[in-house]
Amino acid sequence: MSDLLEVANLGKRFGGFVALDNIALSVRAGERLGLIGPNGSGKSTLVNCICGTLRNEQGSVRFDGRVIDGLPAHRRTRLGLARSFQLPRPFVSLSLMDNVRIPLLYTVEARGAHRAGAAIDDHCHRLLREVGLEAKARALPRDLTQVEMRKLELARAMAAEPKLLIADEAMAGLTHSEIEDILALLVRLNEQGVTVILIEHIMRAVMSFSRRLVVLVSGRKIADGLPEEVMRDPEVERAYLGQ
Amino acid sequence: MRTIPFLIICLAVGAAVFAGAIASGNDYLFFAGYVVMQYIVLATAWNILGGYCGYVNFGTAGFFGIGAYVTVAIHQWHPLPIPLLVLIGGVVSAVIGYGMGYLTLRLRGAFFAIATLALAVVLETLVVNWDYVGGSRGAYIVRPEAIAPFGSYIRYMFMIMMLLAVAALTVARLVERSRLGYGLATIRDDELAAEAAGVPTLRLKLIATTISGALMGMAGAPFPYYIGYLQPDSTFGFDYAVNAIAMSLIGGTTSWVGPLIGAVLLGSLQQLATVTISSAVNLLIVGLLLVFFVIVAPNGILGLIHKYWQHKSDDFVGRRRVDLEAAAPAPAADGAPGAPP
Repeated sequence: MSDLLEVANLGKRFGGFVALDNIALSVRAGERLGLIGPNGSGKSTLVNCICGTLRNEQGSVRFDGRVIDGLPAHRRTRLGLARSFQLPRPFVSLSLMDNVRIPLLYTVEARGAHRAGAAIDDHCHRLLREVGLEAKARALPRDLTQVEMRKLELARAMAAEPKLLIADEAMAGLTHSEIEDILALLVRLNEQGVTVILIEHIMRAVMSFSRRLVVLVSGRKIADGLPEEVMRDPEVERAYLGQ
Repeated sequence: MRTIPFLIICLAVGAAVFAGAIASGNDYLFFAGYVVMQYIVLATAWNILGGYCGYVNFGTAGFFGIGAYVTVAIHQWHPLPIPLLVLIGGVVSAVIGYGMGYLTLRLRGAFFAIATLALAVVLETLVVNWDYVGGSRGAYIVRPEAIAPFGSYIRYMFMIMMLLAVAALTVARLVERSRLGYGLATIRDDELAAEAAGVPTLRLKLIATTISGALMGMAGAPFPYYIGYLQPDSTFGFDYAVNAIAMSLIGGTTSWVGPLIGAVLLGSLQQLATVTISSAVNLLIVGLLLVFFVIVAPNGILGLIHKYWQHKSDDFVGRRRVDLEAAAPAPAADGAPGAPP
């Protein structure tokens, strides 16, 4: 299989602070990749650079065979690169239906699918059903619980019909059964052919989901490999538990 | 409702208003009505960028003034019919709206508002120093006494401004219900999330600024003929900006109906106050009403109506029911303390 995402020598600074230092990372199509690291290690910055929310000063990102450096975020989403935000960022004045309708209108339709309003409505319902929010289709985001908000965040990312989905801490603060729900959803997506990068602090979730694990510490990648092996890596242990 | 029936209803209402004013036999109604119609256009135009998209524009007077001074410049060269002047004013201010958008739309919140305010000041300075259109002395334009078949000229001008108001409302309603409207709403709610969902935010904002600027310029184009003596100071005055914002906020910013309600209400009140008390009371009325609405109905009259409806039926949920609390900006994405593994 070819590489879907290829990050080479990626560097990002905030003033004098080096947030990302020479990151190299390739992800094959269909992979389930876990990305972990302590707070402030650069995980979200990496996601932001890959998705175009931030500009990287150094290095390059290739996606699906083309260099996407300099492309604005919405163009990357259209190419098939979707992400959920660490803190849910729903469109607060739009109903849940309309929240998932946006990527349909602006991403899927922009790729050339021209469907009637009713077909798009059906699609919105189907997406909400998949995350168990169909009953609240007409509700506003502020009527949702935390877990529902995170599900909406995922549904909106899924609506863009991505090739690669980056879930940025989709499970923080959730209970065990809620975590199971979301994991099952991600696994299902992956089985449908979507490559998934999972950024997570909850190790149980990361270990059960990931087929490969990457560890970031202080903006550097210190490990990359099979999850069990990575967790036994003395450098990873040191980063997490101290010496 | 489709656009064509909507347009027909608007035109019917406009015709009724026009017939009523003629029946009253008092030409002053046309003078007062012209200003109200003008504010419907300005408030509706403001709302396309400010309400739908959340970018507060303090430069209304700038665009209005462009329209007015384009007319003056053309009049100095060769008088043209007003509908043509409206079109030219619209095109020029659309171009300036696009340019302003390109320069300023990367700014957000107060910074954007300040930049638009600066635009009005820059344009005023340009006009003050442009002798051809009268400079700081101002420009006189003598409007013809009468025009067939309307009789007095002011009736003709009222008619033009009313058609412009209908056009503005139709455009606003089309924008609101289109893909563009959804996109603008996401920009208002959360620009980063909008980009991540594939919304080309800069492009949509530019479209909104261009449409909004064009409508404002069109509202300004007939103004020299209405006022007779055009002066930079009052043409680029802050009143237009404040009124357009206040009318939209008082009416409600989430739908095309809001600026219409606000402009009719506030515009009529101001005209009434001008006649009965004094023209200086105008801004006082705006100020008091704004304070009142911020306290009692922060989402404007539309917000009040929605609230009332919700009490009536709890399962009714408006598509664009916005609450100021809910619309408060979300905290930054990376600020959350996550539990260490």
